[in-house]
Amino acid sequence: MASPAISHLHSPRSTLAGGAPRATHDPVWVRWLLTGLALLFVAFFLVLPLVSVFAEALRRGVGAYFAAFNDADAFSAIRLTLLAAAISVPVNLVFGVAAAWTIAKFSFPGKSLLLTLIDLPFAVSPVISGLIYVLVFGAQGWFGSWFSDHDIKIIFAVPGIVLATTFVTFPFVAREIIPLMQAQGTDEEYAAITLGASGWQTFWRVTLPNIKWGLFYGVILCNARAMGEFGAVSVVSGHIRGETNTIPLHVEILYNEYNFVAAFAVASLLAVLAIITLVLKSFIEWKYNQGRAET
Amino acid sequence: MSLFRSKRSALPGFNLSLGYTVFYLSLIVLVPLSAVFIKTSGMTWESFLQAVGSPRVLASYRISFGASFLAALVNLVFGLLLAWVLARYPFPGKKVIDALVDLPFALPTAVAGIALTAIYAKNGWIGQYLEPLGIHVAFSELGVLVALTFIGLPFVVRTLQPVIEELEPEIEEASATLGANRWQTITRVILPELVPPLLTGFALAFARALGEYGSVVFISGNMPMRTEIVPLLIITKLEQYDYRGATAIAAVMLIASFVLLLIINLLQKWSRRYHRI
Repeated sequence: MASPAISHLHSPRSTLAGGAPRATHDPVWVRWLLTGLALLFVAFFLVLPLVSVFAEALRRGVGAYFAAFNDADAFSAIRLTLLAAAISVPVNLVFGVAAAWTIAKFSFPGKSLLLTLIDLPFAVSPVISGLIYVLVFGAQGWFGSWFSDHDIKIIFAVPGIVLATTFVTFPFVAREIIPLMQAQGTDEEYAAITLGASGWQTFWRVTLPNIKWGLFYGVILCNARAMGEFGAVSVVSGHIRGETNTIPLHVEILYNEYNFVAAFAVASLLAVLAIITLVLKSFIEWKYNQGRAET
Repeated sequence: MSLFRSKRSALPGFNLSLGYTVFYLSLIVLVPLSAVFIKTSGMTWESFLQAVGSPRVLASYRISFGASFLAALVNLVFGLLLAWVLARYPFPGKKVIDALVDLPFALPTAVAGIALTAIYAKNGWIGQYLEPLGIHVAFSELGVLVALTFIGLPFVVRTLQPVIEELEPEIEEASATLGANRWQTITRVILPELVPPLLTGFALAFARALGEYGSVVFISGNMPMRTEIVPLLIITKLEQYDYRGATAIAAVMLIASFVLLLIINLLQKWSRRYHRI
C-alpha cells in the first residue's frame, strides 16, 4: 500500500524542470513565494524536530550525553535491537525474492490477490500487529498453554519481539523488487536457460545482478523500520529492563522517568540511523538513475 | 493441473517459490491476523457491542478518525506545495530538501514523538511563542494533529511528485496558446490531472495516521475522552488484561483499514488509467 510513497526507483525522472524557460512558466514572484513557503515548512516541520533531538541530548554537555550509554540497560537494548533486525531483515529478504520471482516471472490465477495480501502489514496498525501475536502465543492464546507447558516463552520475550518486527517489516523488500522484476521481464532468463544455465545459475548470474539496487533499497528501508519499530514491539515486549527492551522502548522508559537527557541521547542513535538511511536512499536513487541513463 | 501447465513458463522454480511465498505469508501474516476475527466471533453480540460502543471507545474513534482526517487535509495542502516546488522549480539545496521529505518514514515514531513534544511544550522552541497566544499544542488535541501530520506528509508528496514531473508540457503550452492565463491553466488544466494522485495521497496519509501510535502517545497527554486515540485504548485494555475488549476494538479498526486499502487500490488503478490516456 505504501509503495508509491516510498519508492522512487520505478518512476523515471523527467528533466523538464531544468530545461529552457517556457512560455508557460510561473511568474518569478510566484516561484519565489512558493519556494520560500515550502522551505519554511520543511525547516519548521522536518528540520526542527531532527535538530531538537541532538540539542536536547547535548543540553547538559558532552559528558552527560555519553553517560547515557554507560549503562547496562542501554547496552542490552542496543543488542536486542540489532538482534531483531539481524533476524527479521534477512528472513524478509528471502521472502521478498521468492515472492518477486513467483509474481514477476510466472502468470497464475490469484496473482493480484497475492499482491494485495503481501501489502497487508502496511495497512495494519502497529499496535494490532503486536496484538495478533499475543492472541496466538500469549497465555490466553491459541498455542499459549502448549508453549508454557514446554517452558518456551514467546510473548514478553525475545521471540515475540522478533516476530512482531518481522510482521511490520514484511512487505518492504518484496514491494521494491516485484515492480522492478516485472519491468525487466523474462527475456534474459530465457536466454540463459536456452544457453544451458541451470535455474540457480540463472538466478545468481542474471536475475540477481539486475535487481541488486532494488534489493539494497528494500533492505535499507526494511532495516530502518526494524530498528525503529515501537508500537508492535511495545505490545509484545512486557518492558522487562535489560531483557526485552529495544532502543525505542528504552527511550520511552527513560522519557517517562523524566530522564530527558538520557532519553534524547539514546534517541539520537536512532536519529543518526534515520540520517544514514536517507543518505543511502538518495545514493541508490542516484546510482540507479545513472545506470538507466547509460543504457 | 493441465490448466496450470498451459500457463506455465519454461523458467524453473514456480512450485518452490509460490509454495514458500504462500507458506511464509500464511505463517507470519494471515494466520495471526485471522486470530483477531476468530477471537471476536467467539463473543456474544451484546458483549461485542458493549466493547466497541462504550462512550470512551466512541470518543477514541472520533479523535482517531477526526484527527487523521484533518492531518491528511493539512498534508494535502502542504504536500501539494512541496511536490510542486520540488518537481518544477530549481533552487540550491534541492536534493537535500527532497531527501528530507522522507524523514518521517526514516525517523522512528517514538523519536518523532519526543522531539515534537520537546518543540511544542511550554518552554519548547515553538511552544514558548504559541503558549502566550493561548495556543496549547503539546498535551492537547492539537498535538495529536501535529504528530499525525508529521508522519503522513511523505505519502502525499511522493504520490504527487512523479505525476507532476511527468505532466506533458504540451498541454500547458496548448492552454497558453489558446489564450488561457497562467491561473486558468493551473486551475483548469493542471489541477484536474492531479485529482487522482491527490486523493490517493490523502487516503494513504489518512490510513497511516489512523493506526499511528508511537509519535502520538508522547505529545497527546493521553487523556481519555479528549486525546486518547484508538491504538492507545487497545494497549490500555491489554494492560488491564481485557483481551476481549482489545480484540473487539482491533477487529473494528482492521475492517476500517481493509476498506481503506480497497479504496486506495481502486484509486491507484484509476490514477494509472487516467495517466495512460
